Amino acid sequence: MSGSCSFACSPISGGRCSGPALISDEAVCFYLVEPETGVVVEKGHALEGRSMEGTILVAHAGKGSSVVQMDGLFKITKHGKGPVGVVLRNPDPVFVSALLIMEIPSVYAVEESFFETLKDGQTIELDADAGVLRLLSR
Amino acid sequence: MLAGEYGRAVEYAMRIQAGVGRVFGAKRMVPITRAHVALSAQDADLWFVEKLVGLGGKCKIPPTVNPSINLAYLNKHLVEIPKAGVDIVSATNAAYRKIGAVLSFSCTPYLQQNVPSFGEVIAFSESSATPYVNSVFGARSNRESSQSALCAAITGLVPEYGLLLDENRLAEVLVEVKADIRTDFDYQLLGWCYPLKHPGPEVPAFVGIEERPTPEGFMNFGAELNTSGSVAMYHFVGITPEAPDLAAAFGGKAPRHRVTITKDDIEDVRRRICGAPGKIDFAMFGCPHLTIRQVGDIARIAEGKRFAVDVWILTSSLTRELADRMGYLDTITRAGGHIITDTCIDVPPCWYPYYGKSAVTDSPKCAYYNEIRKIAFKIRPLEKAIEAALVGEVRE
Repeated sequence: MSGSCSFACSPISGGRCSGPALISDEAVCFYLVEPETGVVVEKGHALEGRSMEGTILVAHAGKGSSVVQMDGLFKITKHGKGPVGVVLRNPDPVFVSALLIMEIPSVYAVEESFFETLKDGQTIELDADAGVLRLLSR
Repeated sequence: MLAGEYGRAVEYAMRIQAGVGRVFGAKRMVPITRAHVALSAQDADLWFVEKLVGLGGKCKIPPTVNPSINLAYLNKHLVEIPKAGVDIVSATNAAYRKIGAVLSFSCTPYLQQNVPSFGEVIAFSESSATPYVNSVFGARSNRESSQSALCAAITGLVPEYGLLLDENRLAEVLVEVKADIRTDFDYQLLGWCYPLKHPGPEVPAFVGIEERPTPEGFMNFGAELNTSGSVAMYHFVGITPEAPDLAAAFGGKAPRHRVTITKDDIEDVRRRICGAPGKIDFAMFGCPHLTIRQVGDIARIAEGKRFAVDVWILTSSLTRELADRMGYLDTITRAGGHIITDTCIDVPPCWYPYYGKSAVTDSPKCAYYNEIRKIAFKIRPLEKAIEAALVGEVRE
Protein backbone atom coordinates (compact mmCIF):
# COMPACT_ATOMS: atom_id res chain seq x y z
CA MET A 1 0.00 0.00 0.00
CA SER A 2 1.39 3.38 -0.77
CA GLY A 3 0.12 6.93 -0.89
CA SER A 4 1.84 10.25 -1.07
CA CYS A 5 1.38 13.92 -0.45
CA SER A 6 3.37 16.78 -1.96
CA PHE A 7 4.65 20.06 -0.61
CA ALA A 8 6.02 23.05 -2.50
CA CYS A 9 9.51 24.33 -1.70
CA SER A 10 12.37 26.29 -3.29
CA PRO A 11 15.73 24.88 -4.34
CA ILE A 12 19.06 25.63 -2.66
CA SER A 13 21.20 23.19 -4.66
CA GLY A 14 19.53 21.23 -7.48
CA GLY A 15 19.03 17.50 -7.90
CA ARG A 16 16.75 14.69 -6.80
CA CYS A 17 17.05 12.08 -4.08
CA SER A 18 15.06 10.04 -1.61
CA GLY A 19 15.67 8.64 1.84
CA PRO A 20 14.35 8.44 5.37
CA ALA A 21 13.77 11.72 7.22
CA LEU A 22 16.22 12.57 9.99
CA ILE A 23 14.58 15.42 11.88
CA SER A 24 16.57 17.87 13.98
CA ASP A 25 14.47 20.43 15.82
CA GLU A 26 17.65 22.17 16.89
CA ALA A 27 20.52 23.68 14.91
CA VAL A 28 23.02 21.29 13.33
CA CYS A 29 26.83 21.63 13.32
CA PHE A 30 28.53 19.17 10.95
CA TYR A 31 31.87 19.59 12.74
CA LEU A 32 30.42 17.60 15.64
CA VAL A 33 29.60 14.61 13.43
CA GLU A 34 32.11 11.76 13.24
CA PRO A 35 33.38 11.76 9.62
CA GLU A 36 34.00 7.99 9.41
CA THR A 37 30.51 7.00 10.57
CA GLY A 38 28.25 10.02 10.02
CA VAL A 39 27.15 9.71 13.66
CA VAL A 40 26.35 12.91 15.58
CA VAL A 41 28.68 13.12 18.58
CA GLU A 42 27.61 16.50 19.98
CA LYS A 43 26.78 16.01 23.65
CA GLY A 44 23.13 16.58 24.46
CA HIS A 45 22.12 17.21 20.82
CA ALA A 46 18.71 15.94 19.70
CA LEU A 47 20.52 13.73 17.14
CA GLU A 48 23.33 12.52 19.42
CA GLY A 49 24.24 8.92 18.55
CA ARG A 50 22.27 8.87 15.27
CA SER A 51 23.83 8.53 11.81
CA MET A 52 23.21 10.96 8.95
CA GLU A 53 24.21 8.39 6.31
CA GLY A 54 21.72 8.11 3.46
CA THR A 55 19.12 10.29 5.19
CA ILE A 56 17.32 13.41 4.17
CA LEU A 57 18.29 15.74 6.96
CA VAL A 58 15.45 18.03 7.99
CA ALA A 59 17.32 20.71 9.93
CA HIS A 60 15.80 23.55 11.93
CA ALA A 61 18.94 25.63 11.24
CA GLY A 62 22.70 25.49 11.09
CA LYS A 63 25.31 26.66 13.59
CA GLY A 64 29.08 26.88 13.82
CA SER A 65 31.82 29.25 12.69
CA SER A 66 32.49 30.29 9.11
CA VAL A 67 34.95 27.39 8.80
CA VAL A 68 33.69 24.39 10.74
CA GLN A 69 30.29 23.88 9.08
CA MET A 70 31.76 23.43 5.60
CA ASP A 71 34.68 21.34 6.84
CA GLY A 72 32.36 18.98 8.70
CA LEU A 73 29.98 18.54 5.75
CA PHE A 74 32.93 18.00 3.40
CA LYS A 75 34.42 15.27 5.58
CA ILE A 76 31.23 13.23 6.07
CA THR A 77 30.36 13.57 2.38
CA LYS A 78 33.86 12.42 1.36
CA HIS A 79 33.41 9.32 3.52
CA GLY A 80 29.99 8.69 1.97
CA LYS A 81 28.38 9.05 5.39
CA GLY A 82 26.50 12.28 4.86
CA PRO A 83 22.84 13.01 4.18
CA VAL A 84 21.73 12.51 0.56
CA GLY A 85 19.51 15.58 0.77
CA VAL A 86 18.74 18.47 3.11
CA VAL A 87 15.57 20.36 3.98
CA LEU A 88 16.68 23.59 5.69
CA ARG A 89 14.00 25.43 7.62
CA ASN A 90 15.97 28.59 8.54
CA PRO A 91 18.72 29.22 5.96
CA ASP A 92 21.93 31.04 6.91
CA PRO A 93 24.67 31.99 4.42
CA VAL A 94 27.24 29.56 5.83
CA PHE A 95 24.98 26.48 5.62
CA VAL A 96 23.60 27.50 2.22
CA SER A 97 27.01 28.03 0.62
CA ALA A 98 28.21 24.68 2.02
CA LEU A 99 25.24 22.90 0.39
CA LEU A 100 25.86 24.67 -2.93
CA ILE A 101 29.56 23.84 -2.90
CA MET A 102 29.01 20.18 -1.95
CA GLU A 103 26.16 20.02 -4.53
CA ILE A 104 23.81 18.27 -2.11
CA PRO A 105 20.18 18.36 -3.33
CA SER A 106 18.53 20.71 -0.88
CA VAL A 107 15.50 22.95 -0.42
CA TYR A 108 14.13 25.75 1.78
CA ALA A 109 10.91 27.79 1.98
CA VAL A 110 8.89 24.63 2.48
CA GLU A 111 5.13 24.77 3.11
CA GLU A 112 4.65 24.86 6.88
CA SER A 113 2.29 21.85 6.83
CA PHE A 114 5.22 19.66 5.74
CA PHE A 115 6.80 19.97 9.18
CA GLU A 116 3.50 19.16 10.90
CA THR A 117 2.91 16.08 8.74
CA LEU A 118 6.43 14.66 8.64
CA LYS A 119 7.41 11.84 10.99
CA ASP A 120 11.00 10.87 11.79
CA GLY A 121 12.15 8.04 9.53
CA GLN A 122 9.39 8.57 6.97
CA THR A 123 10.57 8.28 3.36
CA ILE A 124 10.93 11.62 1.58
CA GLU A 125 11.34 12.14 -2.16
CA LEU A 126 13.14 15.43 -2.67
CA ASP A 127 13.08 17.05 -6.10
CA ALA A 128 14.98 20.32 -5.79
CA ASP A 129 14.78 21.00 -9.55
CA ALA A 130 10.97 20.93 -9.53
CA GLY A 131 10.69 22.43 -6.03
CA VAL A 132 8.67 19.52 -4.63
CA LEU A 133 8.90 17.35 -1.53
CA ARG A 134 6.83 14.16 -1.49
CA LEU A 135 6.09 12.12 1.61
CA LEU A 136 5.49 8.44 1.06
CA SER A 137 3.35 6.55 3.52
CA ARG A 138 3.99 2.90 4.07
CA MET B 1 30.13 35.96 -15.72
CA LEU B 2 27.85 32.93 -15.44
CA ALA B 3 28.34 32.35 -19.13
CA GLY B 4 32.04 31.79 -18.64
CA GLU B 5 33.36 34.79 -20.55
CA TYR B 6 35.63 35.69 -17.57
CA GLY B 7 36.98 32.15 -17.21
CA ARG B 8 35.92 28.97 -15.47
CA ALA B 9 36.84 30.02 -11.93
CA VAL B 10 34.73 33.18 -12.15
CA GLU B 11 31.87 31.16 -13.66
CA TYR B 12 32.05 28.58 -10.84
CA ALA B 13 32.37 31.19 -8.06
CA MET B 14 29.51 33.20 -9.52
CA ARG B 15 27.29 30.11 -9.68
CA ILE B 16 27.72 29.60 -5.92
CA GLN B 17 27.19 33.29 -5.16
CA ALA B 18 24.10 33.41 -7.38
CA GLY B 19 22.72 30.42 -5.46
CA VAL B 20 23.27 32.16 -2.14
CA GLY B 21 21.76 35.36 -3.53
CA ARG B 22 18.67 33.52 -4.76
CA VAL B 23 18.03 31.94 -1.35
CA PHE B 24 18.30 35.30 0.42
CA GLY B 25 16.32 37.29 -2.13
CA ALA B 26 19.17 39.38 -3.59
CA LYS B 27 18.07 41.41 -6.61
CA ARG B 28 21.56 42.09 -7.94
CA MET B 29 25.29 41.68 -7.43
CA VAL B 30 27.28 44.66 -6.13
CA PRO B 31 31.05 45.32 -6.14
CA ILE B 32 33.24 44.86 -3.06
CA THR B 33 36.42 46.72 -2.18
CA ARG B 34 37.83 44.26 0.41
CA ALA B 35 37.67 40.61 1.38
CA HIS B 36 38.95 38.46 4.22
CA VAL B 37 39.00 34.66 4.00
CA ALA B 38 38.99 32.46 7.08
CA LEU B 39 41.74 30.16 5.82
CA SER B 40 41.88 27.13 8.12
CA ALA B 41 44.24 24.61 6.48
CA GLN B 42 41.62 21.94 7.06
CA ASP B 43 40.46 19.44 4.43
CA ALA B 44 37.58 21.41 2.91
CA ASP B 45 39.60 24.62 2.84
CA LEU B 46 42.42 23.05 0.83
CA TRP B 47 40.04 21.17 -1.49
CA PHE B 48 38.10 24.33 -2.36
CA VAL B 49 41.02 26.70 -2.90
CA GLU B 50 42.81 24.08 -5.01
CA LYS B 51 39.63 23.59 -7.04
CA LEU B 52 39.53 27.32 -7.83
CA VAL B 53 43.25 27.38 -8.62
CA GLY B 54 42.70 24.39 -10.91
CA LEU B 55 40.02 26.37 -12.76
CA GLY B 56 42.53 29.17 -13.30
CA GLY B 57 41.21 31.36 -10.47
CA LYS B 58 42.90 34.63 -9.55
CA CYS B 59 41.54 37.02 -6.93
CA LYS B 60 40.21 40.27 -8.33
CA ILE B 61 40.17 41.64 -4.78
CA PRO B 62 43.18 40.12 -2.96
CA PRO B 63 41.81 38.94 0.39
CA THR B 64 43.71 38.86 3.68
CA VAL B 65 43.60 35.42 5.30
CA ASN B 66 43.32 33.80 8.72
CA PRO B 67 46.25 32.13 10.50
CA SER B 68 47.07 28.44 10.26
CA ILE B 69 50.32 27.02 11.64
CA ASN B 70 53.81 28.50 11.87
CA LEU B 71 55.50 25.18 11.11
CA ALA B 72 59.08 26.38 11.50
CA TYR B 73 58.53 27.95 14.92
CA LEU B 74 56.62 25.04 16.39
CA ASN B 75 59.11 22.51 15.02
CA LYS B 76 61.89 24.42 16.72
CA HIS B 77 60.19 25.23 20.02
CA LEU B 78 57.45 22.69 20.73
CA VAL B 79 57.26 19.49 18.72
CA GLU B 80 57.85 18.04 15.28
CA ILE B 81 54.62 18.55 13.37
CA PRO B 82 53.39 15.24 11.86
CA LYS B 83 53.86 14.90 8.09
CA ALA B 84 50.12 15.04 7.38
CA GLY B 85 49.99 18.42 9.13
CA VAL B 86 53.06 19.75 7.31
CA ASP B 87 51.63 18.62 3.97
CA ILE B 88 48.21 20.20 4.36
CA VAL B 89 49.57 23.51 5.70
CA SER B 90 52.20 23.77 2.96
CA ALA B 91 49.71 22.92 0.22
CA THR B 92 47.15 25.38 1.58
CA ASN B 93 49.66 28.21 1.77
CA ALA B 94 50.87 27.48 -1.76
CA ALA B 95 47.33 27.47 -3.16
CA TYR B 96 46.41 30.76 -1.47
CA ARG B 97 49.62 32.35 -2.74
CA LYS B 98 48.82 31.16 -6.24
CA ILE B 99 45.27 32.47 -6.17
CA GLY B 100 46.56 35.90 -5.19
CA ALA B 101 45.65 36.18 -1.50
CA VAL B 102 47.56 38.46 0.86
CA LEU B 103 49.25 35.99 3.22
CA SER B 104 48.62 38.04 6.36
CA PHE B 105 47.77 34.97 8.50
CA SER B 106 45.92 37.09 11.05
CA CYS B 107 42.41 36.82 12.43
CA THR B 108 42.26 40.55 13.26
CA PRO B 109 42.54 42.07 9.77
CA TYR B 110 40.25 44.88 10.90
CA LEU B 111 43.03 46.22 13.18
CA GLN B 112 45.89 45.91 10.66
CA GLN B 113 46.20 45.31 6.92
CA ASN B 114 42.54 45.32 5.90
CA VAL B 115 40.67 48.11 7.67
CA PRO B 116 37.40 49.17 6.01
CA SER B 117 35.70 52.56 6.20
CA PHE B 118 32.13 53.51 6.97
CA GLY B 119 29.69 52.28 4.35
CA GLU B 120 32.22 50.18 2.43
CA VAL B 121 30.73 46.98 0.96
CA ILE B 122 33.04 44.06 1.76
CA ALA B 123 33.07 40.26 2.12
CA PHE B 124 34.55 39.19 5.45
CA SER B 125 34.44 35.67 6.80
CA GLU B 126 35.88 34.85 10.26
CA SER B 127 33.02 35.02 12.70
CA SER B 128 34.78 37.46 15.05
CA ALA B 129 35.73 39.84 12.24
CA THR B 130 32.26 40.23 10.73
CA PRO B 131 30.67 41.91 13.80
CA TYR B 132 33.68 44.23 14.18
CA VAL B 133 33.57 45.59 10.63
CA ASN B 134 29.78 45.98 10.67
CA SER B 135 29.32 47.34 14.16
CA VAL B 136 32.45 49.31 15.03
CA PHE B 137 33.23 50.72 11.56
CA GLY B 138 29.82 50.69 9.88
CA ALA B 139 31.22 48.79 6.90
CA ARG B 140 28.82 46.30 5.29
CA SER B 141 29.43 42.56 5.21
CA ASN B 142 27.21 39.55 5.55
CA ARG B 143 28.41 36.63 7.64
CA GLU B 144 30.32 34.98 4.82
CA SER B 145 31.69 31.46 5.01
CA SER B 146 35.37 31.15 4.15
CA GLN B 147 34.32 29.69 0.77
CA SER B 148 31.75 32.36 -0.08
CA ALA B 149 34.28 35.09 0.85
CA LEU B 150 36.83 33.48 -1.48
CA CYS B 151 34.20 33.41 -4.25
CA ALA B 152 33.64 37.14 -3.66
CA ALA B 153 37.39 37.78 -3.88
CA ILE B 154 37.42 35.96 -7.24
CA THR B 155 34.43 37.75 -8.78
CA GLY B 156 34.86 41.08 -6.97
CA LEU B 157 31.12 41.04 -6.27
CA VAL B 158 28.63 39.94 -3.63
CA PRO B 159 24.88 39.32 -3.79
CA GLU B 160 23.07 42.28 -2.28
CA TYR B 161 21.02 41.04 0.70
CA GLY B 162 21.00 41.06 4.49
CA LEU B 163 23.38 43.51 6.15
CA LEU B 164 24.17 45.20 2.84
CA LEU B 165 20.71 46.82 2.97
CA ASP B 166 19.85 49.75 5.27
CA GLU B 167 16.67 48.23 6.68
CA ASN B 168 18.40 45.06 7.88
CA ARG B 169 21.00 47.00 9.89
CA LEU B 170 18.42 48.45 12.25
CA ALA B 171 18.18 47.04 15.75
CA GLU B 172 15.22 44.91 16.77
CA VAL B 173 16.37 43.88 20.26
CA LEU B 174 16.90 46.43 23.04
CA VAL B 175 19.47 45.14 25.51
CA GLU B 176 19.67 46.98 28.82
CA VAL B 177 23.01 46.31 30.50
CA LYS B 178 22.60 46.65 34.25
CA ALA B 179 26.06 45.36 35.07
CA ASP B 180 29.31 47.27 35.38
CA ILE B 181 31.06 46.54 32.07
CA ARG B 182 34.43 48.28 31.80
CA THR B 183 37.44 46.03 31.30
CA ASP B 184 38.37 44.08 28.18
CA PHE B 185 37.58 40.91 30.11
CA ASP B 186 34.11 42.18 31.02
CA TYR B 187 33.40 42.21 27.27
CA GLN B 188 34.35 38.52 27.00
CA LEU B 189 31.65 37.72 29.54
CA LEU B 190 29.05 40.13 28.13
CA GLY B 191 29.64 38.73 24.63
CA TRP B 192 29.17 35.18 25.86
CA CYS B 193 26.11 36.15 27.90
CA TYR B 194 23.95 37.93 25.32
CA PRO B 195 23.17 35.02 22.94
CA LEU B 196 22.17 32.91 25.94
CA LYS B 197 19.60 35.55 26.88
CA HIS B 198 18.38 36.04 23.30
CA PRO B 199 19.43 33.40 20.75
CA GLY B 200 17.62 34.99 17.79
CA PRO B 201 19.34 36.39 14.68
CA GLU B 202 18.05 39.98 15.06
CA VAL B 203 20.44 42.95 15.42
CA PRO B 204 20.70 43.99 19.11
CA ALA B 205 21.27 47.51 20.45
CA PHE B 206 22.93 47.77 23.86
CA VAL B 207 22.30 50.61 26.31
CA GLY B 208 23.93 51.09 29.70
CA ILE B 209 27.53 50.86 28.47
CA GLU B 210 29.09 53.92 30.09
CA GLU B 211 32.53 54.13 28.51
CA ARG B 212 33.65 53.46 24.96
CA PRO B 213 35.29 50.01 24.87
CA THR B 214 38.92 49.73 23.78
CA PRO B 215 39.58 48.09 20.39
CA GLU B 216 40.41 44.95 22.38
CA GLY B 217 37.09 45.19 24.23
CA PHE B 218 35.20 45.33 20.92
CA MET B 219 37.37 42.49 19.58
CA ASN B 220 36.62 40.26 22.58
CA PHE B 221 32.93 41.11 22.48
CA GLY B 222 32.47 40.11 18.82
CA ALA B 223 34.49 36.91 19.22
CA GLU B 224 32.36 35.68 22.11
CA LEU B 225 29.04 36.75 20.55
CA ASN B 226 29.89 34.35 17.75
CA THR B 227 31.07 31.51 19.95
CA SER B 228 28.05 31.15 22.20
CA GLY B 229 25.81 32.44 19.39
CA SER B 230 25.77 34.01 15.95
CA VAL B 231 25.56 37.81 15.82
CA ALA B 232 26.91 39.53 12.71
CA MET B 233 26.08 43.07 13.85
CA TYR B 234 25.21 44.99 17.01
CA HIS B 235 24.95 48.61 18.16
CA PHE B 236 26.19 50.33 21.32
CA VAL B 237 23.86 53.29 21.58
CA GLY B 238 25.81 56.56 21.72
CA ILE B 239 29.05 54.79 20.81
CA THR B 240 28.94 52.86 17.51
CA PRO B 241 28.49 54.90 14.31
CA GLU B 242 25.04 53.77 13.19
CA ALA B 243 23.50 54.29 16.64
CA PRO B 244 24.06 57.88 17.77
CA ASP B 245 20.78 57.51 19.68
CA LEU B 246 17.97 55.01 20.22
CA ALA B 247 15.82 56.40 17.41
CA ALA B 248 18.65 55.96 14.90
CA ALA B 249 19.44 52.45 16.14
CA PHE B 250 15.83 51.29 15.76
CA GLY B 251 14.93 53.43 12.73
CA GLY B 252 12.29 55.20 14.80
CA LYS B 253 10.43 51.95 15.52
CA ALA B 254 9.78 50.28 18.85
CA PRO B 255 12.01 47.36 19.85
CA ARG B 256 10.44 43.98 19.04
CA HIS B 257 12.28 42.30 21.92
CA ARG B 258 13.68 43.52 25.24
CA VAL B 259 16.48 41.85 27.16
CA THR B 260 18.06 42.85 30.46
CA ILE B 261 21.54 41.70 31.42
CA THR B 262 22.23 42.01 35.14
CA LYS B 263 25.29 41.62 37.30
CA ASP B 264 23.92 38.20 38.28
CA ASP B 265 23.76 37.13 34.61
CA ILE B 266 27.43 38.06 34.17
CA GLU B 267 28.38 36.27 37.39
CA ASP B 268 26.41 33.25 36.23
CA VAL B 269 28.48 33.10 33.00
CA ARG B 270 31.67 33.51 35.03
CA ARG B 271 30.70 30.63 37.32
CA ARG B 272 29.72 28.36 34.44
CA ILE B 273 32.63 28.82 32.04
CA CYS B 274 35.68 30.20 33.89
CA GLY B 275 36.71 27.10 35.87
CA ALA B 276 37.91 26.61 39.45
CA PRO B 277 41.36 27.57 40.75
CA GLY B 278 44.06 24.92 40.43
CA LYS B 279 47.35 23.88 38.84
CA ILE B 280 47.97 24.55 35.15
CA ASP B 281 50.29 22.92 32.58
CA PHE B 282 50.50 25.83 30.12
CA ALA B 283 49.03 29.19 29.15
CA MET B 284 47.67 30.31 25.78
CA PHE B 285 46.65 33.78 24.58
CA GLY B 286 45.62 35.18 21.24
CA CYS B 287 42.11 34.10 20.32
CA PRO B 288 41.65 36.51 18.61
CA HIS B 289 45.31 37.47 18.05
CA LEU B 290 46.65 39.80 20.76
CA THR B 291 47.33 43.45 20.00
CA ILE B 292 50.56 45.32 20.77
CA ARG B 293 48.96 46.85 23.87
CA GLN B 294 48.11 43.42 25.24
CA VAL B 295 51.61 42.12 24.47
CA GLY B 296 52.99 45.17 26.31
CA ASP B 297 50.76 44.46 29.31
CA ILE B 298 52.13 40.92 29.45
CA ALA B 299 55.73 42.15 29.19
CA ARG B 300 55.25 44.59 32.07
CA ILE B 301 53.98 41.83 34.36
CA ALA B 302 56.64 39.33 33.29
CA GLU B 303 59.58 41.79 33.41
CA GLY B 304 62.51 40.22 35.27
CA LYS B 305 60.52 37.09 36.14
CA ARG B 306 60.34 33.53 34.86
CA PHE B 307 57.22 31.63 33.77
CA ALA B 308 56.56 28.37 35.59
CA VAL B 309 54.77 26.84 32.58
CA ASP B 310 54.86 27.13 28.77
CA VAL B 311 53.36 30.42 27.64
CA TRP B 312 52.12 30.89 24.07
CA ILE B 313 51.20 34.35 22.80
CA LEU B 314 49.61 34.20 19.35
CA THR B 315 49.69 37.34 17.25
CA SER B 316 50.27 38.74 13.76
CA SER B 317 53.72 39.06 12.20
CA LEU B 318 53.35 42.85 12.32
CA THR B 319 52.60 42.88 16.03
CA ARG B 320 55.52 40.56 16.77
CA GLU B 321 57.79 42.88 14.81
CA LEU B 322 56.53 45.81 16.90
CA ALA B 323 57.02 43.80 20.08
CA ASP B 324 60.61 43.17 19.01
CA ARG B 325 61.25 46.89 18.40
CA MET B 326 59.72 47.83 21.73
CA GLY B 327 61.65 45.29 23.79
CA TYR B 328 58.57 43.25 24.73
CA LEU B 329 59.76 40.24 22.75
CA ASP B 330 63.06 40.15 24.65
CA THR B 331 61.31 40.53 28.00
CA ILE B 332 58.85 37.73 27.24
CA THR B 333 61.50 35.46 25.73
CA ARG B 334 63.75 35.93 28.80
CA ALA B 335 60.80 34.97 30.97
CA GLY B 336 60.55 31.75 28.94
CA GLY B 337 57.45 32.70 26.93
CA HIS B 338 56.81 32.49 23.19
CA ILE B 339 55.36 35.03 20.80
CA ILE B 340 54.31 33.03 17.74
CA THR B 341 53.00 34.48 14.47
CA ASP B 342 50.63 33.14 11.81
CA THR B 343 49.12 30.48 14.09
CA CYS B 344 45.64 29.69 15.38
CA ILE B 345 44.64 28.00 18.64
CA ASP B 346 42.25 25.81 16.64
CA VAL B 347 44.36 24.27 13.90
CA PRO B 348 44.90 20.58 14.51
CA PRO B 349 47.35 18.97 14.98
CA CYS B 350 49.89 21.58 16.04
CA TRP B 351 49.06 21.70 19.74
CA TYR B 352 48.79 17.94 20.32
CA PRO B 353 51.42 17.75 23.13
CA TYR B 354 48.89 19.67 25.23
CA TYR B 355 45.86 17.48 24.56
CA GLY B 356 44.35 16.31 27.85
CA LYS B 357 46.21 18.98 29.89
CA SER B 358 44.97 21.90 31.94
CA ALA B 359 45.72 25.50 31.07
CA VAL B 360 44.82 29.14 31.50
CA THR B 361 43.64 31.64 28.88
CA ASP B 362 41.82 34.98 28.78
CA SER B 363 39.56 33.80 25.95
CA PRO B 364 36.33 31.80 26.33
CA LYS B 365 36.48 31.10 22.57
CA CYS B 366 39.91 29.49 22.96
CA ALA B 367 38.54 27.35 25.80
CA TYR B 368 35.41 26.30 23.89
CA TYR B 369 37.09 25.20 20.65
CA ASN B 370 39.63 23.15 22.58
CA GLU B 371 37.06 21.14 24.49
CA ILE B 372 37.12 18.52 21.70
CA ARG B 373 40.87 18.09 22.37
CA LYS B 374 40.21 17.57 26.08
CA ILE B 375 42.22 20.62 27.06
CA ALA B 376 40.66 22.05 30.24
CA PHE B 377 41.10 25.81 30.15
CA LYS B 378 40.54 28.07 33.12
CA ILE B 379 39.52 31.52 31.94
CA ARG B 380 40.82 34.63 33.70
CA PRO B 381 41.49 38.29 32.83
CA LEU B 382 44.78 38.61 30.91
CA GLU B 383 46.77 40.05 33.82
CA LYS B 384 45.51 37.37 36.25
CA ALA B 385 46.24 34.65 33.72
CA ILE B 386 49.83 35.91 33.29
CA GLU B 387 50.28 35.93 37.07
CA ALA B 388 49.02 32.34 37.11
CA ALA B 389 51.54 31.37 34.43
CA LEU B 390 54.34 32.81 36.61
CA VAL B 391 53.43 30.48 39.49
CA GLY B 392 51.97 27.52 37.58
CA GLU B 393 48.65 27.82 39.28
CA VAL B 394 45.41 29.78 39.09
CA ARG B 395 45.05 30.81 42.72
CA GLU B 396 41.68 32.55 42.68
